[in-house]
Amino acid sequence: MRMRTMEISVGFFMLIGFLALVVLALNVSGLNLASKGAGYKIYANFENIGGLTARAKVSMSGVQIGEVTRIRLDPQMLMAEVEMEIYPDIDFLSADSSAMILTSGLLGQQYIGIIPGGDVEVLAPGEFIYNTQSALVLEDLVGKFLMNQVSE
Amino acid sequence: MIDFMQKLGHRTLSKLAAFGRSGQILFQSVVAKPAPVMMFPLLIKQIYFVGVLSLIIIVVSGLFIGMVLGLQGYTILADYGSEEAVGQMVALSLVRELAPVVTALLFAGRAGSALTAEIGLMKATEQLASLEMIGVDPLRRIIAPRLYAGFICMPLLTMIFAVVGVWGAALVAVDWLGIYSGSYWVNMQQSVDFMSDVVNGLIKAVVFGFVVTWIAVYQGYDCVPTSEGISQATTRTVVYSSLAVLGLDFILTALMFGDL
Repeated sequence: MRMRTMEISVGFFMLIGFLALVVLALNVSGLNLASKGAGYKIYANFENIGGLTARAKVSMSGVQIGEVTRIRLDPQMLMAEVEMEIYPDIDFLSADSSAMILTSGLLGQQYIGIIPGGDVEVLAPGEFIYNTQSALVLEDLVGKFLMNQVSE
Repeated sequence: MIDFMQKLGHRTLSKLAAFGRSGQILFQSVVAKPAPVMMFPLLIKQIYFVGVLSLIIIVVSGLFIGMVLGLQGYTILADYGSEEAVGQMVALSLVRELAPVVTALLFAGRAGSALTAEIGLMKATEQLASLEMIGVDPLRRIIAPRLYAGFICMPLLTMIFAVVGVWGAALVAVDWLGIYSGSYWVNMQQSVDFMSDVVNGLIKAVVFGFVVTWIAVYQGYDCVPTSEGISQATTRTVVYSSLAVLGLDFILTALMFGDL
């Protein structure tokens, strides 16, 4: 009987330990197994991406519709090319949508905001968003402000 | 001068010999003669002593460390108006550093010292020698289950520590200080990556469990079989394993997260 209670408590201990790992995976690190590789890819070129990184979110009207998967420098145009994966149920982005890099909060993470256009045609997988607006770089702003002060 | 050199040489040689003996114990009990089927009941018993009985101290200290982190993080981050980032701060520091290290230190104090004292007393009362007399290998019967139990329990205890800590921080930050719970959890989920944070913390926990149990078992098996020797061995277990854990933590962190 003594052995039995010991074995039961060891069983519970192992179970709690593995449950803790699952909680860490799903709840703390936000591991998402379901929607991997199910979306479609679209691209956008930016003059300056600031601090944007892979896995940053792509949102429209504040609702997340995808995430950034890859960032590289386009060797011909010398601009940053951002590859985004959009969730498969978002298949109604109009072809003249524009993309801009925004910051959540004053010092928060950067993400891509997509603003819908008026075209009836929709963005097909692999197409580019041509209308883009770069990230707000603080040094540029300060520089412009100083130039204005000097010219006055 | 010559005397000093001789002393230094003697010290070095005896340290090297001790290290060799500990490696031999590890190899002979774990690698050379594995007998998992026969060992299973013994292993259950050791997991009970090493893991289940450590659960309370781990949960309580995890809760309080999480709560302190939540409180401190809130007061500091509130100065910059970004108190929503408290979840991110708490989760990263717990999962990467605090959970493995603090669990290993508590584990060394709670379970490691007990292992050393138990094995040392077995040696002092010649139980190990009599086991050998009746043809049972003490390395296999006494040492191996304790080593395996340590390897298994440390990662599980670390995960429990981290979860309880995150929950304790949520209790303070969300329920008492009034951060919006959505931003607490979403900030955390965006910044914590499963592979690079959770799995690396788990690897640290496995390494620390291995080192602490190894030191504890070796110190017990190799102690001077007197009451004084057992007390010295127990002290050494706690001191050596704490130092080893803190030193290894820096090395592992540098390998995993730093670009050294």
